[in-house]
Amino acid sequence: MWHRCLLTGTVLWLVGNLPAAAFIAYVSNEKSNTVSVIDTDKWAVIKTIKVGQRPRGIEFTRDGKFVMVAVGDDDTIQMIDTGTQEVTDTLPSGPDPELFIQDKAGKILYVANENDNTVTVIDLEKRARMGDVQVGVEPEGMALSPDGRFLINTSETTNMAHFIDTETRQIVANVLVDSRPRFAEFKGDGSELWVSSEIGGTISVIDPAKHVVTTKITFDIPGLRKEAIQPVGISIAADGKTAFIALGPANRVAVVDAASHQVIKYLLVGQRVWHLAFTPDEKWLLVTNGISNDVSVIDVAALKVIKTIQVGELPWGITIGKQ
Amino acid sequence: MIRLFVGVVVGLSALSISAVAADPIEIGIGYLRRAGVKPTLSLVEQPAADDGVAGARLAIEDNNTTGKFLNQHFTLEELRLKEGDDAATAAMTLADRNIAFIIADLPGDALLKAADAVRDRGMVLFNAGAIDDRLREEDCRANVIHVAPTRSMLADALAQYLVWKQWKRWLMVVGSHQEDKLYAEALRRAASRFGAKIVQERVFEDTGGARRTDSGVTLLQRQMPVFTQQAPAYDILVAADESEVFAAYLPYRTWDPRPLAGSAGLVPKSWDAAQDQWGAVQMQNRFLKLNSRHMTALDMQAWTAARMIGEAASRVNSADRRTLLDFLKGADFSVAAFKGQRLTLRPWNLQLRQPILLVDGRMVVSVSPQEGFLHQVSELDTLGVDQPETRCKLH
Repeated sequence: MWHRCLLTGTVLWLVGNLPAAAFIAYVSNEKSNTVSVIDTDKWAVIKTIKVGQRPRGIEFTRDGKFVMVAVGDDDTIQMIDTGTQEVTDTLPSGPDPELFIQDKAGKILYVANENDNTVTVIDLEKRARMGDVQVGVEPEGMALSPDGRFLINTSETTNMAHFIDTETRQIVANVLVDSRPRFAEFKGDGSELWVSSEIGGTISVIDPAKHVVTTKITFDIPGLRKEAIQPVGISIAADGKTAFIALGPANRVAVVDAASHQVIKYLLVGQRVWHLAFTPDEKWLLVTNGISNDVSVIDVAALKVIKTIQVGELPWGITIGKQ
Repeated sequence: MIRLFVGVVVGLSALSISAVAADPIEIGIGYLRRAGVKPTLSLVEQPAADDGVAGARLAIEDNNTTGKFLNQHFTLEELRLKEGDDAATAAMTLADRNIAFIIADLPGDALLKAADAVRDRGMVLFNAGAIDDRLREEDCRANVIHVAPTRSMLADALAQYLVWKQWKRWLMVVGSHQEDKLYAEALRRAASRFGAKIVQERVFEDTGGARRTDSGVTLLQRQMPVFTQQAPAYDILVAADESEVFAAYLPYRTWDPRPLAGSAGLVPKSWDAAQDQWGAVQMQNRFLKLNSRHMTALDMQAWTAARMIGEAASRVNSADRRTLLDFLKGADFSVAAFKGQRLTLRPWNLQLRQPILLVDGRMVVSVSPQEGFLHQVSELDTLGVDQPETRCKLH
């Protein structure tokens, strides 16, 4: 009996630690001016890369050769070569870049510039600026519709999601959402656009064809005051069934049924949880905890936090790719 | 059934904002203040001539950037009262000029006169400058929204931190002017609420004299240690000197080596140029770009007032005063002001709830309410006079 128990335990232990496909996560540490590199087999930081000042938005290029990181206080985006894991190039991003998004082909990058109310359009191959779009006060969240036709930008003080036609680069619609919209994310089939409002405490679900808010997701956590619930990062699974919302100083990630828009569960993570990213196989979800200086690893199938990894100071953004 | 369907479609499309070419909705905001500024002890703290109104100007720009997408346009009209000018007449003048709301930076009595004069015209004032508790208590008005924090909110914010820091024994020095006494009263209340003890109180008499002299330092270096000697054991000296007579002279000159708080040292404020949390850097940069100087607490209070109007206008999509006011006073209203959480109005006296910064002139040392000071409605209501104690009856 004892022997069997032990055996089962060993098998479980083995299964739990079986190396998945090898992925690698890059985490921007806003205060340390570094990027932590995490190996998802070992769940450990394998390298810390020095970058420019105030690194926030971070994303792999489509070909996986570079990781782009917006260093706001240096008014540029730096390119980390994923082979050498060193900064090798910069992009002309415009002042104070924060979040950005690239088109499907990986040719065009759209950058939110908080300081001058613009979105900058960059040719990634030529590393050249192609133009600007004037938007609302303090642009931040960025998303592209899956068909590539519309770029979404959210402006934090104007409280809107701006729909920008990617052909003409003109704003075609503006949708008012709750206070301080931080992040925008489309469902994979393009049927819904989700926008988080940090101060408003809600997620607005927008019909991208009609440009209207169809429903608002709210959060109610017993024992927590309303003001502490501040949604920021959104990750929707590829099948469009489940979504994860980082709730900032509520120190929790909300798991939402993406069809019914109801919260299924709250997962306790670290302090001031900001952004999140799936591993490409969607087995794991990694979230950055700003104040506790760590990254929590969530088992997506089990909806459980399985691990915490110490990174640099004030971890902000995260991107995950193949090793 | 078909009619019902049409109703739903119309209802939904009203939420969407399409680019419209019609004449924009115009919302005029007045700004009422006194001419001239009071001299401060510190030359670097001398307020700029546009202190306050510069914040309102930035908010008008912000509102108009948003207004571009909503077909709304905001304007600011400033009126300065010279010595002897009547606040009531000035408010009436603004009311005659198609102004919807007035942001006021006026002393308490002048504010009440202005508010009462335009009450029948349906005008609402935003108090951006006066911190007197009585304006939210026995002298409260249904047509005055208070954006400036109260003395008791400032005192409570400071007291919470000092108690958290275990600096519970205070030596209090109070100025001889009326507002100094009011601040001292708020500090006494805060001490007893949060468990600090005032071990002794001293009064610093204002005997007049120039604020700047060529040989000032030598004299002060002798005066201040003597003034603070033979005090009972204390942790921190708390100074109540709103009239700027002595507090700024105390740091590094006390008989016992002790830190300072209140009107010098660690100061509670609604805003500071050093505030950089919660996206505030964007705000500080925008302000600096427009006004070529740092942003003060008064600038922030005026910015917040004008933004509250802009926020309401964008939500109700109307310039109608009544509609805007109902929204501002309603449960759905909140405004984001770079303080890490939404700011709302206390419905019983129309005071804006807000976190208070504790600053030392270079850095933000802490932000109150402090962790652990709990409240059944909002932790922000641990600052200032709360609903059960209020003497305000809004009519």
